[in-house]
Amino acid sequence: QGGGSAVIDMENMDDTSGSSFEDMGEMHQRMKEEEEEEVEGDTGAAEDEDGEFLGMKGLRGQLGRQVADQMWQVGKRQASRAFSLYANIDILRPYFDVEPIQVRARLLESMIPVKMINFPQKIAGELYGPLMLVFTLVAILLHGMKTSDTIIREGTLMGTAIGTCFGYWLGVSSFIYFLAYLCNAQITMVQMLSLLGYGLFGHCITLFVTYNIHFHSLFYIFWLSVGGLSTLRMVAVLVSRTVGHTQRLILCGTLAALHMLFLLYLHFAYHKVVEGILDTLEGPNMPPFQRVARDIPVVSSAVLNTTAKAIALTL
Amino acid sequence: FPGLTDVSISEDIPVEGEITVPVGSHSPDEDFSTLDEPVRDTIMRDLKAVGKKFVHVMYPKKSSALLRDWDLWGPLVLCVSLALMLQGGSADSRDDGGPQFAEVFVIIWFGAVVITLNSKLLGGTISFFQSLCVLGYCVLPLTVAMLVCRLVLLAGSGTISFIIRLVVVIAMFGWSTLASTAFLADSQPPNRKALVVYPIFLFYFVISWMILTFTPQ
Repeated sequence: QGGGSAVIDMENMDDTSGSSFEDMGEMHQRMKEEEEEEVEGDTGAAEDEDGEFLGMKGLRGQLGRQVADQMWQVGKRQASRAFSLYANIDILRPYFDVEPIQVRARLLESMIPVKMINFPQKIAGELYGPLMLVFTLVAILLHGMKTSDTIIREGTLMGTAIGTCFGYWLGVSSFIYFLAYLCNAQITMVQMLSLLGYGLFGHCITLFVTYNIHFHSLFYIFWLSVGGLSTLRMVAVLVSRTVGHTQRLILCGTLAALHMLFLLYLHFAYHKVVEGILDTLEGPNMPPFQRVARDIPVVSSAVLNTTAKAIALTL
Repeated sequence: FPGLTDVSISEDIPVEGEITVPVGSHSPDEDFSTLDEPVRDTIMRDLKAVGKKFVHVMYPKKSSALLRDWDLWGPLVLCVSLALMLQGGSADSRDDGGPQFAEVFVIIWFGAVVITLNSKLLGGTISFFQSLCVLGYCVLPLTVAMLVCRLVLLAGSGTISFIIRLVVVIAMFGWSTLASTAFLADSQPPNRKALVVYPIFLFYFVISWMILTFTPQ
């Protein structure tokens, strides 16, 4: 069974209990046997009575059953074919062919920018690592909600977390792939998905640390260092695969901006409730989503305030 | 080909017999007997099967009973009861107090489907519904944890109750993960067990998080 195709298998459903297909098949078999017996009984009785009438009735019943039988066969064949066409996940199988050691190595590599940008860097087209990282990011966001106020609309925030993470991964990958197509960069869609997915490792680390230790300056340090490292790695890989200064600038500038801004957004969108609680504890006259600049220089506090207000308006 | 010179069958192996297999060995009445039996018998049989699987989950040994006769009744019952217990039921409609029924339901089933697909893509030998069955049944310890949390919350919601709830939920989360790993990891190639265990860990972590952060209004 391991060597066969990984279809969501209807064959297995046939020989296990609790599946209705087995019952249909059995009933169908029983109907056939019954009909054979009845046909014999009919032809036996027809000899005594008005044979034509009973014979016709027996014949019509037999015809009806045969038609039903054929409909059932055709339907089952069509359903099996449709199933094996759409539920065949074998096309994804090569992208999940990894070993744990490889995943760990790629995770660590995603934080190390390559220096050699004149030679196209190899990107592994693998989807297991990125998928697991996106789910981990969702789990970390939910954990971040635990440390803030959990009473406010926990349910919809869960859906929002999943939607945000998957939307970012798939949407930004597609957008950068489209830009790469315009800028003549040598990268495929799966490679882009893989690259961006592994780039989320830095986001996971940063958010995991800063959701537990609530220092604003610590977040900025992590944002620049960890976020910056993973962005640099992605940018370096893309630069090594693109020719021409303008194209490199467009592609890498867009990716860097989107990646760093996403980390900023994740921190503030899911962290602002904590700020709100702390502010209300310190000063009861403050509305919950306005920020108080504590030990941050004036410029960044102005940026902070406008960002927070903009986010609060949009959310 | 020297080995093919003698292809005769020895005398004592019979090569004769009936070609037609008698079909009417069991009369149609016996096959339809499950339709004629009283409803109580049907229900009790299904309940006993579900109960036996619950016992297998609470004491995870390496038995194949969960895998062989999969059924989705148990996971459905567990999922519905967990989702019902996680209802906030607050009077104020603005603050929900907890995830809605549909959210919990969708998260559990969608998560189980994703884990199953992942384990199949990594080269697992288990079938789709068997894996769903195992993952659903292993939610049982977390449902027990939810019950305990609700009872503890009835007593009060201070720091001590939070610590009790934390310990209980962590213990049940570990139990769930170990139980499902005991059943599912055997069907994987040996060097990839970690790749399959990790999403199961995440899945039960999210459910445990939902249980731990539940605060009734």
